Amino acid sequence: MTAAEYDRVPRLAVRDYASPLAEKLRHLWETKPGVIGWLASVDHKEIGLRYIVTAFIFLIVGGIEALIFRIQLSQPNLTVLTPEQYNELFTMHGATMILWYAFPILTGFSVYLQPLVIGTRDMAMPRLNAFTYWLFVLSGIYLYVGFALGAAPNAGWFNYVPYASKAFNPGLNIDFYALSNILLGISTTLGSLNFVVTILHMRAPGMSINRMPILSWGTLTISVGNLFAMPSVTLAFFLLYMDRQFGTHFYQQPTGQPLLWQHLFWMWGHPWVYVIVLPAISLVSDALPVLCRRPLVGYTAVALATVLTMVLGFGVWLHHMFATGLPGLALGFFSAVSIIIVIPSAVSAFAWLATIWTGQPVLNTAFHFFAGFIVVFVIGGVSGFMTGSVPVDWQLTDTYFVVAHIHYVLIGWNLFAVMGASYFWFPKVTGKLLDERLGRWNFWLMFVGFNVGFFPMHISGLLGMPRRIYTFPEGMGLDWLNLITTIGSYVFAFGFLLFLINIVLSLRHGVEAGPNPWDAATLEWTTPSPPPPYNYVVLPTLATREPLWETRLDEAPFHSDLGKGLPLDHGKEALATSTLDGQPEAILRMPEDSLMPLLLALALTLMFAGLIVKLWWLVIASLLIGLLFQLIWLWPRAQLAERRL
Amino acid sequence: MTIVAVPRTELPIGSVTPRTVGWWGIIAGIVTEASLFAYLLFGYFYFAIQPHGEMWPAEMPTFKLAGPNTVILLISSVAVWYGERGGRQGSRLKQAAGLGTGFLLGVIFVTIQVLEWKAKSFSYNSGPYGSLFFVITGFHMGHVVLGLLMLFPLTIWSMLGYFGPGRDAPISIGAIYWHFVDAVWLTVFFSLYITPYLGLRHG
Repeated sequence: MTAAEYDRVPRLAVRDYASPLAEKLRHLWETKPGVIGWLASVDHKEIGLRYIVTAFIFLIVGGIEALIFRIQLSQPNLTVLTPEQYNELFTMHGATMILWYAFPILTGFSVYLQPLVIGTRDMAMPRLNAFTYWLFVLSGIYLYVGFALGAAPNAGWFNYVPYASKAFNPGLNIDFYALSNILLGISTTLGSLNFVVTILHMRAPGMSINRMPILSWGTLTISVGNLFAMPSVTLAFFLLYMDRQFGTHFYQQPTGQPLLWQHLFWMWGHPWVYVIVLPAISLVSDALPVLCRRPLVGYTAVALATVLTMVLGFGVWLHHMFATGLPGLALGFFSAVSIIIVIPSAVSAFAWLATIWTGQPVLNTAFHFFAGFIVVFVIGGVSGFMTGSVPVDWQLTDTYFVVAHIHYVLIGWNLFAVMGASYFWFPKVTGKLLDERLGRWNFWLMFVGFNVGFFPMHISGLLGMPRRIYTFPEGMGLDWLNLITTIGSYVFAFGFLLFLINIVLSLRHGVEAGPNPWDAATLEWTTPSPPPPYNYVVLPTLATREPLWETRLDEAPFHSDLGKGLPLDHGKEALATSTLDGQPEAILRMPEDSLMPLLLALALTLMFAGLIVKLWWLVIASLLIGLLFQLIWLWPRAQLAERRL
Repeated sequence: MTIVAVPRTELPIGSVTPRTVGWWGIIAGIVTEASLFAYLLFGYFYFAIQPHGEMWPAEMPTFKLAGPNTVILLISSVAVWYGERGGRQGSRLKQAAGLGTGFLLGVIFVTIQVLEWKAKSFSYNSGPYGSLFFVITGFHMGHVVLGLLMLFPLTIWSMLGYFGPGRDAPISIGAIYWHFVDAVWLTVFFSLYITPYLGLRHG
C-alpha cells in the first residue's frame, strides 16, 4: 500500500496458523537474526522475556546479599562483616529487591502478556517499550558499578537525610543511588505511559472495558498511579543530588528541611507498595479461577477494589512518619485511611476464597503457590493493619516487626504470586510444562523456608530488636530467633534454586504444552505456544469475558468470534479501538525494529556517568548525541502514516 | 447461539483520527509532568508555611521582566494554535508561519528569562528561597527548551510540506505540549510572583 491510502475497509480472514497469510505475517513481524537484530528487536514478547530474566537476575543478586548478612546476624557479636559493609549490603539488598526486581518482574509479565490478553499484536509504542527495557538494565548496571567501585548506597533503601547528605556521607555512594534512581524513574514512567495507551486504545474489538482481564485492570491502575507518583521520588533524588553536589538548601541544615525528603519519598513510596503488588495479585485473580474451573467470583468488585486501593494508597504516606513529631490531627487522618484501605485490599482475598470454595480446584504447583500466597497475603495484611494504628506503630516502628511486615508483603504479595504465575504461563511462553514433582518441592521449601525465616522477625521486633543493626549482644532472647531466621532464609533460597533447576530441566525435557494446557478461558490460550511474532493471525472479536468457555457457561446470548477476523496484513498493522466499548477506530501502522532505543538509552546513561564524575563536556556531548538519536527516531515517516507522501 | 461480527466499515489508517497513539501518549506525559510541577510547588509551599526559619529574600518579586514575559509566552501559544488550525484548512503557509512565530516567541521568552535570572540578588545556593526559585524556574525553562526542540523541527517539516489535512498528528502533539508548558508557567508565576503579595510571606 502507499501512504496516500488514508482509509480502507478491512477484509476478513479465517484463523489458520499454517496458512500463507500466517507466513506473510511472520515475515512482516519477525525479529531479524543476528546480534544487530537482537539488539534492535521491538517485539513485546522478546522484551517482556528479557525483563523477566533480568529481574530474576536482580532477585538472585539481592538474595545473595541477604544471605551474606544473614550469616552476620545468625549469632550475637559476629564480625563476618564490618558495620560499613553491613550498611552497604542491606541497602543494596533493599534497593535491588524493591526497585530493580519487584516492579520490573511485573513489568516483564505485563509487557509479555498484556498485548496477548487484550488480543493485539504489540504494545502501542514498541520502540518506547524497548527503550524502557534498555534504560532499566543500564540503571541497574549504573548502581552496581557504584557497588563495584566501593561506593554502594549505605543509608538504607529509603535513604533518609541528614545521614544521606554530604556532611555525613561524603563519598559518591549516595550520588550513585540518586542518579541511578532518576534513570530508573524515567524508564518506569515511560513504561507506564505505554501501558496506559496500550490498554485504553488497543484492545480487541468487542473487549469493552468490563471484559478486560483483571491483569489489565491491575496494570492500568498502577500505570496511572505511576504517572502521578513517580515524579515525586525522581524529584526527591534530584534535589538530594543538587544539595550534595551544588550546595543547594533543600534538605541541609540549618536552613533546609530534612523532613521534606521523607514527604517526597513516601508520597511516592506508599503508592509504590501498591504498584509492586497490585499487578501481582491481578495475575492471581486471572490464573486462580482457571485452576478452580470457574470464572472469578466478583469480577466487578475485584476490578473496582483494585482501583480504589490505588487511590487510597495516595493518602497513607504519613504512616511511615508517625514517629517524626507531626501534629496529632494529621496522624489521626492518615491512620484512619491506613486502616480503611484494608477493606478494598481484602475484597480480592474474599473473592479468591469464594472462587476456591465454589470451584473444583486442580491442586497443581501453580495452585499451591496461589494458596500459599493467600495465607501470607493475610498475615502481611494484618501486620500492616496493626502498624496503621499510631500507638502500636510508635511501639513497633524501626524494629524487626516492620522488617517482618515488609517481607510478608513484598515476598508474599509479589514473589509468591510471581512464582505461581510463572508455573501458569511458562507453557505459553516456552511451549513446555514445568515439572510438577520438582515444583512441589520448590513450593514447600519456599513456603516453609519463608515462614520459618520471616515469622520469627515479628517476635524479635516485639522483643525490641531494632532494624538495621549489624549485630546484637547475647542473652537478650534474640539468639535463637535470629538463628532460626537465618536457617529459614537459606531453606527459602534453596527452594528458589529448585525453581531455576526446574526451568533448565523442563526447557530440555519438559512435556509439550500445546496451545491451552490448563483449558483456560482467555484469549492468549488461543495462540500456539510459544505465540508467533504477530501473536494473532486474525484479530479475535469478543462477546464475553471468557471467550473459550462460552459454550460451557452458556450465559451470554452472543458468542465471541475466534474463527475469523481482521488479518490486517498490508504491512505491520494493529487495530485501535475505542476506550470504553472496544469498537474499531483505526488501523495502526507499527514501527519496524530499530537500534535507536538502545542508542538513546546508552547516550542518556553516558550523560549520567558524566554527571557523577562531573565531566561537563561528556554531559553536553551525550545530550547532543541523544537529541540527534531522538530526531532520527521521531522523523515523520510516510510508511507509518505520520506524514503525507 | 449468535456469533458477534466485527463491524466492517471503512477505517482510517495510521495517525489520522484526532486521538492517535501519540496523542494519548503526550496526554499521559503531560499528566506526569504536571505532577512533577505539583511536587515542586509543594516543596515551595512546604518551606513557605514553616513556622521557624525565615526563607524569603530581602526584596519582593518584581513584575518588570516576568510580567511582559508571561504575555509573550501566552501569545506564542496563540501563534501555535493558529498554525495548527491553518494547516488543517490546507494552508502550508499559515501552518509554518504559526509554528515558526511560536518558536521565535519561545526563544525570546528564554532570553528574557535568563536576564531575569541575572537580575536576582540571590543565587541557587544562597539559601532555601534561591534554591527553590532557581530549581522551579529552571525545571520550567527545561520544559520550554524541550518544547522549542519540538517546535523547531515541526516548523521545518511544515515548510517541507510533510503535513496536511488528515496527516498532522505530530503538530497536534507538539502543540498540546507547548500549551501545557504555558499553563505550567501560569502556576509557577502565580506561586512565585503573586502569592507573596497575597499574604504567603508573613511576618
